[in-house]
Amino acid sequence: MKIVVMCGVGLGTSAILKVNAERALERLEIEASVLATDVAGVRSAAADAQVILTSSELVDAIGKTNADVIVINNYFDVDELVVKLDIALGS
Amino acid sequence: MNMPLPHLPLDAITIGAHVDDWPAAIMAAGDALVRSGATTSDYTDRMIAVIQEFGAYIVIAPGLALAHARPGDDVLSDGLCVVTLAEPVVFGHPHNDPVSVIVGLAVAGADDHLQFVAELANVFNDPAVIPALAGATTAEFVQSIFS
Repeated sequence: MKIVVMCGVGLGTSAILKVNAERALERLEIEASVLATDVAGVRSAAADAQVILTSSELVDAIGKTNADVIVINNYFDVDELVVKLDIALGS
Repeated sequence: MNMPLPHLPLDAITIGAHVDDWPAAIMAAGDALVRSGATTSDYTDRMIAVIQEFGAYIVIAPGLALAHARPGDDVLSDGLCVVTLAEPVVFGHPHNDPVSVIVGLAVAGADDHLQFVAELANVFNDPAVIPALAGATTAEFVQSIFS
């Protein structure tokens, strides 16, 4: 299982999202790797990913993808991440 | 290896800045990073350029913008700054506007900043922190939240 977190420059905001996504996955007991990337790298990074987590502002920049794109409003709200990842990945 | 948050010096904290729009808010954060010795003013311009290019995605929580750009020659050392605004400004984010707290982040190298950011996430995972920062009246109080 692979999850990609994307921000404009590939660090800072995406790193915060990566850290909190890993906390949410731990709570859900889902094994997955979480990779942070930028807009330029998302296509190759997400080629084999199940989920892309990003901001509503950046959804259009992703382009065509087979991954589920999940918009996160509050990057510090692990509860929001748990709910949205559970819907996307849970059984 | 544990890399704690870079010290948030008092001169990297601005309380109650008066700004008219989001570029002025990012300028205030850039000024605080420059003042504390973390960056040169070129980094301020690059933080603004990130938002011009990609939009208001740096408004990552209600009321909070995380201003940052990639590492570069204009980053002299890892740095953090906090600017609170006297009047909130709109960045153009559909959920998290208006913004009253700007956290500015400068990292010297992309590879070693994850632990630093994890510590930052720890601080802000407490939902009381952003309102507390927004209402802060002294730099010492802001510093205590990050220590």
